[in-house]
Amino acid sequence: MSFPWAEAYEPKHPLMRWIDQRLPLPRLVYGAVGGGYPVPRNLNYFWNFGVLAGLALTIQIVTGIVLAMHYASTGDHAFQSVEHIMRDVNQGWFLRYAHANGASFFFIVTYLHIFRGLYYGSYKAPREIVWMLGLVILLLMMATAFMGYVLPWGQMSFWGAKVITGLFGAIPLVGEPIQQWLLGGYAPDQATLNRFFSLHYLLPFVIAGVIILHIWALHIPGSSNPTGVEVKTPQDTVPFHPFYTAKDGFGAGVFLILFALVTFFAPNYLGHADNYIPANPLSTPAHIVPEWYFWPFYAILRAFTVDFILPAKLWGVLAMFSAILIHFFLPWLDPSPVRSGNYRPMFRRFFWLLVVDVLVLGFCGGRPAEEPYVMISQIATMYYFAHFLIVLPILSKVERTLPLPSSISASVLHGEEREAAPADLGGALGRAPATGAH
Amino acid sequence: MATVEQSGGAHDAGVEDGVRRRDFINIAAVTAAGVGGAALLYPLVNQMNPSADVLALASIEVDISAIKAGQAIKTIFRKQPLFIRHLTPAEIQAANAVDVGSLRDPQSLAERTKPGKAMWLVTMGVCTHLGCVPLGAGEGENRGPFGGYFCPCHGSAYDTAARIRKGPAPKNLEVPDYAFKSDTVITVGEVA
Repeated sequence: MSFPWAEAYEPKHPLMRWIDQRLPLPRLVYGAVGGGYPVPRNLNYFWNFGVLAGLALTIQIVTGIVLAMHYASTGDHAFQSVEHIMRDVNQGWFLRYAHANGASFFFIVTYLHIFRGLYYGSYKAPREIVWMLGLVILLLMMATAFMGYVLPWGQMSFWGAKVITGLFGAIPLVGEPIQQWLLGGYAPDQATLNRFFSLHYLLPFVIAGVIILHIWALHIPGSSNPTGVEVKTPQDTVPFHPFYTAKDGFGAGVFLILFALVTFFAPNYLGHADNYIPANPLSTPAHIVPEWYFWPFYAILRAFTVDFILPAKLWGVLAMFSAILIHFFLPWLDPSPVRSGNYRPMFRRFFWLLVVDVLVLGFCGGRPAEEPYVMISQIATMYYFAHFLIVLPILSKVERTLPLPSSISASVLHGEEREAAPADLGGALGRAPATGAH
Repeated sequence: MATVEQSGGAHDAGVEDGVRRRDFINIAAVTAAGVGGAALLYPLVNQMNPSADVLALASIEVDISAIKAGQAIKTIFRKQPLFIRHLTPAEIQAANAVDVGSLRDPQSLAERTKPGKAMWLVTMGVCTHLGCVPLGAGEGENRGPFGGYFCPCHGSAYDTAARIRKGPAPKNLEVPDYAFKSDTVITVGEVA
């Protein structure tokens, strides 16, 4: 699809030729994930996570469809029907645990996918729309995961729904009507549960649709790579199949092993015990926290404690949404022509600082809203926004980047270990700095 | 598997036995993935089978002491109607008088009841034609031309042994698995 030397599809079997002439689906698949898609030959394992996210979405859709065969989205029966799945339905415990932990693993691989993009500058021209479609997918995932967590109708489900829809109540003037419109009432109830189930079933298919656009947009310039140097000649690429199908297959095996370990040996580790108590509108759990994948954003939400022109609550809501929306502007906030963090020594330090910052935010988001966590959240929130609004624009002007290799194949053939080492960890291990200045 | 043919002919080190390392790894990996995928199908398919709470109702006990000769009761077994009928001596005689060989679904009354309990006829209340509930178990219902059951949907008539005698139904009313727990209580369903 992307390069002139991409191999055209040549059906080997007469049946495939017959189909291809009438419906060029085999051609499409071959060009997208077969031998017809040339991929930079130097991708490291951080390039596995897009495929792994697709695998996670597939697991969620398959387990979700069968769970929906047993689930009742009525306030009276939702909690019971989930227990029915756990105790009575054949292998229902497996399906539900796989679905619940599958959501966590979907976020793990997606966050790694995003940080891969941040480190290697995958958001830069000509891949801005790939990046923005990815952010749309992230937002859809968050909405889907939130609504899915409400469905078991336990205590965390109920109070999570109340708190999150309450965020919309912070909007001046129209906030309260919007909140009531979302809930279909004054508090989460039958109407809320039913509409959340409807949308929770719908959105994964919307995500699948946006993923198709994401991949379509990606295949115009082709995949990025650890050097950030664009593909120039056929020597720079290998066909997706069998090279990256094999590499992704290995990654999928590792992913599934870890997924199985958690699903079978610690299925409730990532959940909350409170959600095994049926929803009770008259009793709030002592410590309401969202699922772990929302913790960094939850910390940002709670970091605003002082009314300044606008109420503190509204600042928190605006900051929380901005924390994601700011990424839509990233291609222009960081105009440095060098993509890869491997060739940007200062950017690299700030990148790892951002990783630590997000981990700190995540840690604070899972703690009760008390000191010192509030103070730490405030500092970490400040850095989070400073990183994108101040550090990156300045860096792109003042940073002295390292010399880039002349091409991907030059960097590979000159034995630059650091190219092959994920996120420059090879360099961090104290090897002689190979700068590609050959 | 298209790669088997293409993969490196230069590495012929392990060729003595005719299997290249890459072929072996390729086939082993695809096989493992295939077996794993097939194993995953099991829970995905099996979850649609009756769940434990449904199976828990798979057998019921019925007290039949109150059913007088000539009466029948309707009860529910596996969410379907179950007929338990106390036959009169005349009805037993009528059933035994029929030439079994001439029936559409040849069965004698003795084959459809328990030894020594020929007066107790236990059948599903589901017409074998298209699944309607035949009349005849309730007080004053039409028992049809053969004095057993009569299906109002398409006119299937059953005799006093609930055997099909006339109409479109292909089979006699089904006799479920059951056993006498005592003289007055029967267990219908899984009788271990």
